[in-house]
Amino acid sequence: MKYLDEYRDERIARALATEIAQHTTRPWVLMEICGGQTHTIMRYGIDELLPQGIELVHGPGCPVCVTPLETVDKAIELSLHPDVILVSYGDMLRVPGSRSDLFRAKAQGADVRIAYSPTEAVKIARSNPDRKVVFLAIGFETTAPANAMAAWQARREGLTNFSMLVSHVLVPPAIRALMVSRTNRVQGFIAPGHVCTVMGCKEYEDLVRDFDVPIVVGGFEPVDILEAVLMLVRQLEARQLEAGEARLENQYVRSVSYQGNLPAQRIVGEVFEISDQKWRGIGTIPQSGLRLREEYAAYDADRVFDLGERTVDEPAECISAQVLQGLKKPTDCPAFGMRCTPENPLGAPMVSSEGACAAYYHYRRRAVAS
Amino acid sequence: MSTKTRAEINVELSCPAPLAVKDRILLGHGSGGKLSAELIREIFLPAFQNPVLARLDDQAIVNVNGQRLAITTDSFVVKPLFFPGGDIGSLAVHGTVNDLAMGGATPLFLSAAFIIEEGFSMAELQRVVNSLQQAAADAGVQVVTGDTKVVEKGKGDGLFINTTGIGLVPEGLDLSADRAQPGDKVLLSGSIGDHGIAILAQREGLEFETQIQSDSAALHTLVRAMLGVTSKVPSAIRCMRDPTRGGVSSALNEIAERSRVGIELEERSLPIHEEVRGACELLGFDPLYVANEGKLIAIVAPAAADAVLQVMRRHPLGAEAQIIGTVTETNAGLVTMRTPFGTTRIVDMLAGDQLPRIC
Repeated sequence: MKYLDEYRDERIARALATEIAQHTTRPWVLMEICGGQTHTIMRYGIDELLPQGIELVHGPGCPVCVTPLETVDKAIELSLHPDVILVSYGDMLRVPGSRSDLFRAKAQGADVRIAYSPTEAVKIARSNPDRKVVFLAIGFETTAPANAMAAWQARREGLTNFSMLVSHVLVPPAIRALMVSRTNRVQGFIAPGHVCTVMGCKEYEDLVRDFDVPIVVGGFEPVDILEAVLMLVRQLEARQLEAGEARLENQYVRSVSYQGNLPAQRIVGEVFEISDQKWRGIGTIPQSGLRLREEYAAYDADRVFDLGERTVDEPAECISAQVLQGLKKPTDCPAFGMRCTPENPLGAPMVSSEGACAAYYHYRRRAVAS
Repeated sequence: MSTKTRAEINVELSCPAPLAVKDRILLGHGSGGKLSAELIREIFLPAFQNPVLARLDDQAIVNVNGQRLAITTDSFVVKPLFFPGGDIGSLAVHGTVNDLAMGGATPLFLSAAFIIEEGFSMAELQRVVNSLQQAAADAGVQVVTGDTKVVEKGKGDGLFINTTGIGLVPEGLDLSADRAQPGDKVLLSGSIGDHGIAILAQREGLEFETQIQSDSAALHTLVRAMLGVTSKVPSAIRCMRDPTRGGVSSALNEIAERSRVGIELEERSLPIHEEVRGACELLGFDPLYVANEGKLIAIVAPAAADAVLQVMRRHPLGAEAQIIGTVTETNAGLVTMRTPFGTTRIVDMLAGDQLPRIC
């Protein structure tokens, strides 16, 4: 398959791994931001191909994992309302709220529907004028344009039975928060290729400059990740030999441009505005999220249903906060695979297809013979 | 409310226990994965306990007056009812015939029960019944008894069908999931994921360049041909499974667990059609978990594996057959996969259904 097989080619992968080993003279801690990249690493055993000194730590780029517990609780509460059809991306349905999840709400009679695209939610609203349709609009910059488009369409059509429960997060402020943290160990980042396809590389220039940290925008296939690691290692090692500034590089050139997708950015800017945002497990990061603009207040489920403020704490046993910040590996958690499994999850990273705990559980649960 | 009670409630709010799975049936209990297995283990097996059921094969084999009778039953709740490559009628025959065939049985008779929602189109019912009859005739089985129930509008999803099948198993043949041995080869009769993706694409209105067809087919003639090869060494084929719900991964995990062996797959030997691969990439699905309705997995003794493979490839339903892995002594109970990079990963049984990814 074009654009796929060549990025899974074992000879290219091995050649890159050899080159990385040749360039590596000391240990480096690198973070892949996106959970999709984490899953590729675990699934193909990319970490096993790397020299020992290179440690890959997993970042917060799992949209489902960082959606606040409060939002999940609100979604469940709304879904149980007999008038409401709650439409969600499939990956949200298994995410544990504080007492239940959307699959269990569905089993209790809630009308919860999975959409592949947010505009399907608008379609459902159009064909169910007597019901209130709420779309659970979550995600990073990648899903923001399509989510924005749903609100835009609903407003243009004057739909009065459609709203969105919004929990949108942005990558650059999260990297900033990680870098200023006292516990940070990360020396180089693989930035998320899908997010950058929408937003462009340009957003990352400030971070590279402010923290003098190399960032390489990377793709999601094994060869992409190895090449991004090589680019980071080259920069880091070169700077050991002679002083030089950290640079922003783009490995994922087949998809990411400097400016990004301008029409997509425009629709996001038209519908959403930047706001402070709570990240599940991590806390509030200033200016790290998107909320609906005032003109879209009528489509904001928080206001339409007057859901109010609430604060719920994570289960004390769940270390997802540290996992999402790359401070701990899923296997460092005493509950991992014991009291926390995909069937009985304590935290979201165990159930999401982009969660680090799920990646370890599915692909590495027990040591396997090589 | 006493202070103590309030404190307890607070603790409960801030420190919830893992969500209990057991209080209600979830959709995942019907997915053929871990939740289904748990339901069978905790509710059904203890209630009906007997040695025939405890084998947990796709069919029960019982001895009646010296005849080895194979019995199986399956309910079909597919949506949409008509899909590229088949419909609920033909599927209801193929599914049950295949469950019989996996035990080495020659399928003979079927029952068919129809649960119909009030208001269902008579013309569509006629189409389904005609298709069911055609599939039964093609498979050489007769529908000899049946039942009809109509449920109120809104209490069913158009049409559900249950079929029960009866067949005869030759003397001396014993195919069962607990018979895999280290060194055995894992054979797969063809490309995986076709049925599940065809249904999903039709249901969700996903359009791909070429239409993906369900692989729905009756496999008993393929099984007969395979058993013919090994008639001189009757135990060379240890077991067969048709990887329906839960896909290849669930079928192999069951065999690994029941036989207390490891199963190691070679990723590059898995036959997957290009368009199915594409659809899976797009949706974030793993074809190993996607349903098939016309494929079988056979665990075969190493000495007979090549001969069985050749016979499979000569049969129209086994043209793309491959040896996809080996049974191992290590990693008992676990299915693993060698990636093209030489690394090894687990092929887990899923808790419930696969869910499309967000981005």
